Amino acid sequence: MTDVATEEAVEHGAEQGAGLAFHPLDQFKITRLFGEGPIEWYTPTNATLWMALAVVAIIVIFVFGSKGRALIPSRLQSIGEMAYGFVYKMVEDVAGHDGAKFFPLIMTLFLFILSANMLGLLPGSFTPTSHIAVTAILGFGFFIFVTLLGFAKNGAHFLGLFWMSDAPLILRPIIAVIEVISYFVRPVSHSIRLAGNIMAGHAVMKVFAAFAPLVLMSAIGYVVTPVSILAITAIYALEVLVAFIQAYVFTILACVYLKDALHPGH
Amino acid sequence: MEIAAAAAMGKFIGAGLAAIGSGAAAIGVGNVAGNFLAGALRNPSAAGSQTATLFIGLAFAEALGIFSFLVALLLMFAV
Repeated sequence: MTDVATEEAVEHGAEQGAGLAFHPLDQFKITRLFGEGPIEWYTPTNATLWMALAVVAIIVIFVFGSKGRALIPSRLQSIGEMAYGFVYKMVEDVAGHDGAKFFPLIMTLFLFILSANMLGLLPGSFTPTSHIAVTAILGFGFFIFVTLLGFAKNGAHFLGLFWMSDAPLILRPIIAVIEVISYFVRPVSHSIRLAGNIMAGHAVMKVFAAFAPLVLMSAIGYVVTPVSILAITAIYALEVLVAFIQAYVFTILACVYLKDALHPGH
Repeated sequence: MEIAAAAAMGKFIGAGLAAIGSGAAAIGVGNVAGNFLAGALRNPSAAGSQTATLFIGLAFAEALGIFSFLVALLLMFAV
């Protein structure tokens, strides 16, 4: 039985990666938390666990941060105040004053993505935002909400978003077609940007990690291993930045789409 | 059998070609950031209010590179 397992492992290695110690995309596997068996939609998996942990982290920071309400804020309180002020300013700057009504939604999106990204950087953890299934729910959910909001607020005037009234009349139908297509591509790029960035960054880290044990196998490892360990450190620092920037970009684009729904006129 | 072998090779060639798109996106992102810096150095007082625009521009330029990365991944693991 062990022979079969080893053979499978050898075949897997020969087929998947030329000499890599493990496959860089293995980290994105969804696994059951308890026991064995198939994964249904209700099965608790590692994705469920890390999404729940992201929510718990937010709750801990904001409940304990707002507990003291000191004039001179503690560290947790200043984190909470900074996050609140940062997102509020972003919503007001981009979506306008009447967009501030939707600040709780935008704040929720930002905090969930940020904390899921940041928790995903812990070694051995799982990043829910690296899965298109997760980000597509966020992206398409927001897209449907914004479209319905646009029609509810502006009625048929919302279609003015596609009809450029300051373009020459002959060009307007052509521009309208392009605008409609670009409108419907929005949720796709919105969600794939986040998942793609996070997935690519984590895969790069794992590629370098797979080169690190080369020192155990051949002499060239004395050169490759230190270089790859330094590279992991550098990429990790970049990924901390990317984790924040992608959360920021996702929220600011959400604000832009919200602004288009509230003020569709060109 | 030969067709299958050619297809197996072709998907890796296609994945490699799709990776060119990432380089093209890198040019785009560099353009955005470089032009922002050039403008910001001429008028530093206006730069702070435009960082949101900068990030939106970066995100749009980068999205298409991510699409080509996705195509490469699909070719290697899904086709």
